[in-house]
Amino acid sequence: MPDELSIEDVRKVAKLARLAVSDADAERYRAELAAVLGYVERLGEVDVAGVEPMAHVADSINVLRDDEPRIAYDPAVVEKLAPDAEGGFIRVPRVLGEGGGA
Amino acid sequence: MSHSAVESVQASLDVIGARNGELNAFLQVFEAEAAARARNVDAGETLPLAGMTVAIKDNICTRAGRTTCASRMLEHYESPFDATAVERLEAAGAVIVGKTNLDEFAMGSSCEHSAFGPTRNPWDASRVPGGSSGGSAAAVAAGMCDVALGSDTGGSVRQPAGLCGVVGVKPTYGRVSRFGLVAFASSLDQIGVFARSCADAARVLGVISGPDERDATSAQRDDTDFTGQLGRPPEGLTLGVPSFARDEAVSADTRDVFEATCEALRAAGVSLVDIELPHAAHGVAAYYIVAPAEASSNLARYDGVRYGRRAEGVGSLDELYTRSRSEGFGHEVQRRIMLGTHVLSSGYHDAYYVNALRVRRRIKQDYDAVFARGIDAVLTPTSPSPAFGIGEKLDDPMALYVEDLFTVGANLAGLPGVSVPAGFASVNGRELPVGAHLVGPAWGEAGLMGAAAVIERIRGATGRIATA
Repeated sequence: MPDELSIEDVRKVAKLARLAVSDADAERYRAELAAVLGYVERLGEVDVAGVEPMAHVADSINVLRDDEPRIAYDPAVVEKLAPDAEGGFIRVPRVLGEGGGA
Repeated sequence: MSHSAVESVQASLDVIGARNGELNAFLQVFEAEAAARARNVDAGETLPLAGMTVAIKDNICTRAGRTTCASRMLEHYESPFDATAVERLEAAGAVIVGKTNLDEFAMGSSCEHSAFGPTRNPWDASRVPGGSSGGSAAAVAAGMCDVALGSDTGGSVRQPAGLCGVVGVKPTYGRVSRFGLVAFASSLDQIGVFARSCADAARVLGVISGPDERDATSAQRDDTDFTGQLGRPPEGLTLGVPSFARDEAVSADTRDVFEATCEALRAAGVSLVDIELPHAAHGVAAYYIVAPAEASSNLARYDGVRYGRRAEGVGSLDELYTRSRSEGFGHEVQRRIMLGTHVLSSGYHDAYYVNALRVRRRIKQDYDAVFARGIDAVLTPTSPSPAFGIGEKLDDPMALYVEDLFTVGANLAGLPGVSVPAGFASVNGRELPVGAHLVGPAWGEAGLMGAAAVIERIRGATGRIATA
């Protein structure tokens, strides 16, 4: 199993997961995540040679339905759910050019 | 039903009014809607669940009220649709009285990780009800409603059922549509049922089961009557008891009730067989890789754009995502997202995630081998100890995670499981419920509920209203 988790690892996963972690929280998360990762090391005891990974128990593959167009929801319903919407559009900060950070 | 729906609903609302202030089982109560609905039920045709009062865990979507997942992220979220299970309950005449508390996004085993405060155990209000469906379990135990829906990803119906002294059943993966259940770990999540009797649990589970084109993983099966074996005799029933049922993590209180249950079952003619599930002890470790991995992916949808919490005054899209998520998610949820992100990240994916999926198959193979031998169900305690104190395990995630020792196997293998009250432990002068847990073969809910009903009759620990 990989080496013990570092503060840098915590910062890396926080960035990947789009979570802002303060310096104080980073150490707490590091300790907690390291405890869980230490616990799961026992999986190394299991002989899994030749065992196929099982991501899902269902044996069905590609359940299909008829491809018929239909209106799932009135656009007004969807717009009402959005925190910042107007005239059928959802507003987000500028993505391209100056101020775009994504 | 001997009472009218109007009377049943009023009785339910009265108990909620009297006890919810202390227990915090309900986050929302639908007083006017439930009363109106009850009048319609009384005026209409006879329906299978006419007038039965139901509570819905607040990670299951209802058009009525809000669906918050006990999270600041969805504090004001109003679902535009009902979950399929909710639709089917209402079509059968059941009346929804409110939405119940949970660990945020169903991540927890104590109902303490709610943005709206902990739920308390109705047998002893200084203790947790278990989780994550703690509000639903407490509501049924305290007589605030007849039955409740929960969701079970690693034991989140069965463990709180055990700690609150009610019946809690998680069906085979695919038995109940997940449409409208807010996703946590999609390959493990199933909606389950809480009730004060095996008969009620079996009836309600039957109503919500069956195929649904809005959930592609729902099974194309209509064998959904689970009541046929409720009256079966104890003779001829064969239960397998794995050695890990006597794991050192099991407290003396729980062990005493479990051994007394085994003895009573044997005396009544049930055949108890010692079995091995060689990889069962690794279930918790596999679960705490697989579930966070899926959660980190599922919870990526909360981006502050389309619905849910949105941070104010942000300058960029990236900042919008990061601040909305950090403000909206609690500590436990953020930790699990980071854990899942880590085990899926480049360089760790094979060592953690893929390896856990191989162990997952080993765990399923263990169960397959046991059921192929003619064992009807696997019997263990539901959880290692009776309800613990509020705050007792908050600082140690691993202490809380081993709560799932006996329950995660059913989720990893996709099998049905049920917790049924097996007796009481006396702790500091209080009676605390202890559950017996059964796991059966896939699609064997009828036989499983029959086996649970045998324990229910022999132990006589079901049906009491918790009045502590």
